Amino acid sequence: MKIKFFPLTLIIIFIFIFFFFYKGLNNSSIYSPKLNFEKEIPNFSTKEFVSNKEINSFDVFKDDNFYIFNIWASWCIPCKTEHAFLVNLSKQDNINIIGLNYKDNYDNAKSFLDELQNPFDIVLLDNDGTIAIEWGAYGVPETFLIKEKKIIKKIIGPITKDTLIEIKELIK
Amino acid sequence: MKILKLIIFVFVLMSFNILSVKSENQESKITKNLRCLICQGQSVYDSDSEFAISIKILVNKKLDDGLSEEQIYMYLKDKYGDWIHYDPEFKKNTYFLWLLPILMFVIGGVIILKLFIIKKN
Amino acid sequence: MASLIGSYSLIFGAFFSFLIFFFSIKNLSKNEILDYKIFYLSFLQFLFVLISFLGLILSFVVSDFSNETVYNYSHSTKPLFYKISGTWGNHEGSLLLWLLVLTLFITLFIIESKKQPKKYRVLTILFQQIIIFGFLIFLLKTSNPFNFIYPSPKEGLGLNPILQDPALAIHPPILYLGYVGSSIIFSSALSAMITNYITKEWAKHIKKWILISWIFLTVGILVGSIWAYYELGWGGFWFWDPVENVSLMPWFALITLIHCILVLEKRQILKSWVIVLSIATFTLSMCGTFLVRSGILNSVHTFANDPERGLFILIFLFSLIFLSIFVFFIFNKEDKKNNFSIFWMSREMSILVNNWFMMYFLSVVLIGTVYPIFLEVISSEKISVGPPFFNKLIIPFLIPFLLIMSIGPKFKWIKSNLNEKIFLFLLLILSLFLSFFVVKNLDVDFLIYTILVGSAFYLFFITLRDFFIMRFNNLSQNIAHFGFSLFILSILFNNIFTTEIITNLKVGETFHSNKVKIYFENIEQANKQNYKSLIGKFDVQNSDGVSEILKPELRIYNQPNIVTSEADIKTDIFEDRFITINIVQNKEYFNIRYQTKPFMIWIWFSVLLISLGGLISLIKKKYEN
Repeated sequence: MKIKFFPLTLIIIFIFIFFFFYKGLNNSSIYSPKLNFEKEIPNFSTKEFVSNKEINSFDVFKDDNFYIFNIWASWCIPCKTEHAFLVNLSKQDNINIIGLNYKDNYDNAKSFLDELQNPFDIVLLDNDGTIAIEWGAYGVPETFLIKEKKIIKKIIGPITKDTLIEIKELIK
Repeated sequence: MKILKLIIFVFVLMSFNILSVKSENQESKITKNLRCLICQGQSVYDSDSEFAISIKILVNKKLDDGLSEEQIYMYLKDKYGDWIHYDPEFKKNTYFLWLLPILMFVIGGVIILKLFIIKKN
Repeated sequence: MASLIGSYSLIFGAFFSFLIFFFSIKNLSKNEILDYKIFYLSFLQFLFVLISFLGLILSFVVSDFSNETVYNYSHSTKPLFYKISGTWGNHEGSLLLWLLVLTLFITLFIIESKKQPKKYRVLTILFQQIIIFGFLIFLLKTSNPFNFIYPSPKEGLGLNPILQDPALAIHPPILYLGYVGSSIIFSSALSAMITNYITKEWAKHIKKWILISWIFLTVGILVGSIWAYYELGWGGFWFWDPVENVSLMPWFALITLIHCILVLEKRQILKSWVIVLSIATFTLSMCGTFLVRSGILNSVHTFANDPERGLFILIFLFSLIFLSIFVFFIFNKEDKKNNFSIFWMSREMSILVNNWFMMYFLSVVLIGTVYPIFLEVISSEKISVGPPFFNKLIIPFLIPFLLIMSIGPKFKWIKSNLNEKIFLFLLLILSLFLSFFVVKNLDVDFLIYTILVGSAFYLFFITLRDFFIMRFNNLSQNIAHFGFSLFILSILFNNIFTTEIITNLKVGETFHSNKVKIYFENIEQANKQNYKSLIGKFDVQNSDGVSEILKPELRIYNQPNIVTSEADIKTDIFEDRFITINIVQNKEYFNIRYQTKPFMIWIWFSVLLISLGGLISLIKKKYEN
């Protein structure tokens, strides 16, 4: 009895391990942070792009309206492709678009906006990337949809046609 | 009794819990324990992605603000999840991770004791 | 053309598998001697795989981009050397290399095992052929290196620049010799169990294969570490990255087996344990292959993600595991009649304790590596298990391990008493004192470092003394253990005394600190065959006023377009001075990292010493006692 019990458990254990590995194969090995819907947007203060004046996030996200918070840089190539979508969104009245200019220099960023239109109501500066970290972002571009001072959607990477439609659905 | 002593011994050893490189500055120590989200196989310390550079600046800022090492980990875990910290916390979903090797060690010890020493008598 | 020949040659190889199966099974029951056809067939199979491999190399050399593998991993401007090494710098080619080594080893096994019983040999060939056949099918089905592209592209995509490196050209072949060697141990252990041939003779015979596999694995890991040291990060050489862990697991199993097989050779006990270890060694190698090739883990060295490949290896791996479980439980005869009591003060007991610790270290590495996968399946949470985890669980256990390693070899077989008790005790006190004075003034955790450094010193002194009193007796063991103490000591001191400066400088600026002055003289551009390089020139002056020039480099490769940072390292016997530069986005500044890393060369040297111990044991058996 004892002799048969041991191999059997061993086989069962290995079947379990097989099952775990098999399941694990279908999971992506690349990590992206989950979005916590409970959390309020972070508080921070930084400089405004045009005036170069200190500004606090309280004054930017004043009311409970919809906001789009977009992290971009002139040196980031996918930012160019998504820019048209942002311009498109800026034509809606019920939404404010806030830009965070990530590790950029002023002249390049300025000509980027002049060339491709400026969809942003306010552009904030993030010279060393630490404000992006406050937001839990880790690359450019990244976009957050905010309602009642809470993040309701996060897009890692450029906005696409589909995500644009989704955003429009949400803010209807 | 022997096993009990062994377990106590193991836990005493575990409680030293330090063993990282102390003569380096605090910043490198912390960034070595953080995982980079861009080059996901590397630590923030080893990576030179924009993200890693920013994290290094942030860690420095937080240290200047007087935050402790633990507080910095907590802050970043709050932003990016437990994944960013290379040192998994001892909590519900990691009990097995931490205890299974110790358990293996204890089982190994018991087998040796049982098979080869007790048998003799 | 070359790929066409290669492709067909591989299919021929698969065809030979059937012939070998057929003749082996026929030979099993009939003749008294090994059918020579089996040998010729194995040899021919090896030749065909070799032709296939050469065909792939040739396709790489002539940059035949109609071959998909060549297209994906090569480029016409790549230097010839890296065109060749690119053959095994990718998933498909490296598997072909793996297969080549498999067929080579079984051919060598047949030649080498002439004195062994026929049935045992035939069975080993059969088991080995199952593995070979599995890999052949895997290669042909999911990762054929000879896929055609039509119309053929004009230019290839190029090899990842960090792989274009001499150390990484030789790293995979050496490592595979180690991994694949363990397959022979696996097949041989199963056959020996079936034929009831787990004896002294078998132990002697298989010990050679264990040693060879272990030496190659050790050197392979070493080369990989050296590469990581100068290419990957900033002066780290071991990151507890999953792919590194995966190579460490069979290493632990092999070193346990090396010790354990000695007990079998001497006393004919622990038979089942030796078999379990032999099975585990190869299973762990395969498990490593699965983890690396399926892309299930996130690592620096990932191959292309392909769940189909993962699934194939997974099924293959578990078929082998279940096969060995069945064979084990059907044929394993526990030697109950044999009275195998082991006295607690004996050589075999200390070897058992060694096994115990090794299995613990192995389980730490194994659990730390696969736990995140399991957790994600259960709770879809992702965690990272990294250096702090391994340090916390391994380092405390190193202390008793080192002490036992010092005392253990003093015991004799079966039953002994410890001579020179007082001397050994005094030496321990002395080592602890010495370590106390070394650690005292340092900014490190005092207690654990004192004990740890003390235990390492203890092993160091004891093995050093044994060189003089034992001379050629047990030379291999002594060298390996001495190497290990040196290894631990140099790693510890390396960790404690490393200094680092991180700063941003532009040309003409100087960094000052009380210990060092770094002057950024200039930066030069140069065009090479397949990259542009920016070479910085730094004048580094230490506190004694001695200055030297260091030239770290940034390479901008053309295809694929990747920037790599090449460290400049100045090595002497006491320390390495290590400098790297990096671009700072949108600035004229460069990020400079300068490190002094003491005893670096001793880490490499001590690993070589450890493998030298294995080598001596392999060739000079008469000195062994």
